[in-house]
Amino acid sequence: MTVKSTARARKKAAPAVPDNLPAGSGAQPELIQLLTPEGERVEHPDYPLTTTPEELRDLYRDLVLVRRFDAEATSLQRQGELGLWASLLGQEAAQVGSGRAMRPGDYAFPTYREHGVAWCRDVDPLNLLGMFRGVNHGGWDPNEKNFHLYTIVIGAQALHATGYAMGITKDGTDDAVIAYFGDGASSQGDVSEAFTFASVYNAPVVFFCQNNQWAISEPTTNQTKIPLYRRASGFGFPGVRVDGNDVLACLAVTRWALDHARSGNGPVLVEAFTYRMGAHTTSDDPTRYRLAEETEAWRAKDPISRLKAHLDREGLADEAFFASVEAKSEELGLRVREGVRSMPDPDPTLIFDHVYAEPHTLVDEERAEYTAYAASFEGGENL
Amino acid sequence: MMAGQLSIAKALNEALRKSLENDPKTLLMGEDIGKLGGVFRITDGLQKDFGESRVIDTPLAESGIVGTAIGLALRGYRPVVEIQFDGFVYPAFDQIVSQLAKMHARALGHVKLPVTVRIPYAGGIGAVEHHSESHEAYFAHTAGLRVVSPSNAHDAHWMLRQAIASDDPVIFLEPKRRYWDKGEVGDAADLPLHDARIARGGTDATLIAYGPMVKVCLDAAAAAEEDGRSLEVVDLRSLSPVDFAALEASVKRTGRAIVVHEAPVFLGMGAELAARLTERCFYHLEAPVLRVGGFHAPYPPSRVEEAFLPDLDRVLDAVDRSFAY
Repeated sequence: MTVKSTARARKKAAPAVPDNLPAGSGAQPELIQLLTPEGERVEHPDYPLTTTPEELRDLYRDLVLVRRFDAEATSLQRQGELGLWASLLGQEAAQVGSGRAMRPGDYAFPTYREHGVAWCRDVDPLNLLGMFRGVNHGGWDPNEKNFHLYTIVIGAQALHATGYAMGITKDGTDDAVIAYFGDGASSQGDVSEAFTFASVYNAPVVFFCQNNQWAISEPTTNQTKIPLYRRASGFGFPGVRVDGNDVLACLAVTRWALDHARSGNGPVLVEAFTYRMGAHTTSDDPTRYRLAEETEAWRAKDPISRLKAHLDREGLADEAFFASVEAKSEELGLRVREGVRSMPDPDPTLIFDHVYAEPHTLVDEERAEYTAYAASFEGGENL
Repeated sequence: MMAGQLSIAKALNEALRKSLENDPKTLLMGEDIGKLGGVFRITDGLQKDFGESRVIDTPLAESGIVGTAIGLALRGYRPVVEIQFDGFVYPAFDQIVSQLAKMHARALGHVKLPVTVRIPYAGGIGAVEHHSESHEAYFAHTAGLRVVSPSNAHDAHWMLRQAIASDDPVIFLEPKRRYWDKGEVGDAADLPLHDARIARGGTDATLIAYGPMVKVCLDAAAAAEEDGRSLEVVDLRSLSPVDFAALEASVKRTGRAIVVHEAPVFLGMGAELAARLTERCFYHLEAPVLRVGGFHAPYPPSRVEEAFLPDLDRVLDAVDRSFAY
């Protein structure tokens, strides 16, 4: 090849933007997929996965129960029992797949929508509802199930996850961490800083981005000009885009990513390409900013129906199994309903509890003043 | 141990060394703190002695420094982070006020955040923009943070060790213009971290100061003595919590109070101290609690910073105003 033709070739091959930029949220990206929307099992050479029929049925049960919990919480918000709810509808596979890829010693740092991951970490679903009901700001012990508190400031937890992973490296164990965030968070400085720290210190952290296409009303195209998973290459670690509605692909890719990280190879970015079927939260109205056709197109990729199609197609589950899942779903719904309705308001002195780990005179004074004030009412019933 | 005259900078360095020696979970993190020893050399020699995994040179990202320190604390470590200059802490503001300050309460006490954020702060060294700010009110305003500022070598040493040992997050404000002031460092902390100290006894008025302004107030008290006025100087030491019992006792004795700080007066520490002292000492006060501090303006270019910073004359002028009531 002549110098001249090389230069010309270079010029042609260096467009201002990457050539396979997804044209909006409906693009067909480079997805890792192990289960087609029709429920057909396919193989991927880099992400092999062997599953027993029982494992497949367990995943199916997880998906259904997580969806049921989410639907119940949405209903409870509508009934005035919760102040707000952030639904995960449509993202069950991304969460269950990644959540089931974790080992017991691994640690998850969620946003406020990772109800399915919490489920996989065996966190009591009622614990998740406290902050949405307004009785606490989290409240569970993060170290009990290695599932950190929900973080509302977008992307802040990516740094906490990275620091935690740096600590794992110092401890010399082979645990790993997953930081969850969304496509909107990819614009946040904290996420970029987390990528930098994780890369520089080779921290065993998997950045699991659920690209659900919408950051409230803003499409992913408002966040990035390149496919999100490719962000990783600029920071010096691998990025993978996985079909976020395919629980098997999410499981296989996340398991690979966690093993990659725990083996001392540093971080991985997994972009789970998925879709938020509902509103951002119950305060949102997605009909104002997106087309019903788009939502319908994604409905055809539903994570639960595709796994059910696979179970049916392969004859891996019978009617008794589906009936048992349905019964469990009903049981969970009832438990959540009753649990939320019977959740007591905290004592107002909760305000003063745990502000500091050690005594602080200002807090002590204000607690005493408030307590005396409340006691001044007849019977002191405020306390 | 290190008895004798030490600069504040060296006293801090020794405090970090002792903390690293005493607890293998203690880590230092920050920009340029390793080979360089920090731009003020506060961490001088520590990476050489404790290694790169305990004295960590970080990327240039303040939110990242504090955010990853939070993660390390969650894993059981006790990070001490250095923010290179006061004006650079703002990029880490969310991580400090929304994450670090609140996580213990959000977890209903299930997690502890023993993170110390060291910040060389305030002016008087002829620096460029963003190198001379006093932002203590932002942090003291935030529940969940403890905020302290030493004024001498002994306190610098022991308050830093106490801050690192605390299970709460501590904003540790180092008066950078005093880094090279020397003083005796004793072999034990005289006071709990959050107690105020009578830096000079007096009977006619109380000057309340902390960090870099304590020396200014001591100089003012020495000058006032020549005029026949006996000024008490209280070194606040802790800005959250504030030792109001000590302040109240002093002001009830003297009947007059003047709060001196570098930060702008409007909504600063002085506003809070004046309001509370008025509530508590109303019938003992001979004059309103006065404030001396910076103006409601960005920290000025260094050629005019002397006009912004309270000095001996501005303090004495406030004393005169107090006595004029």
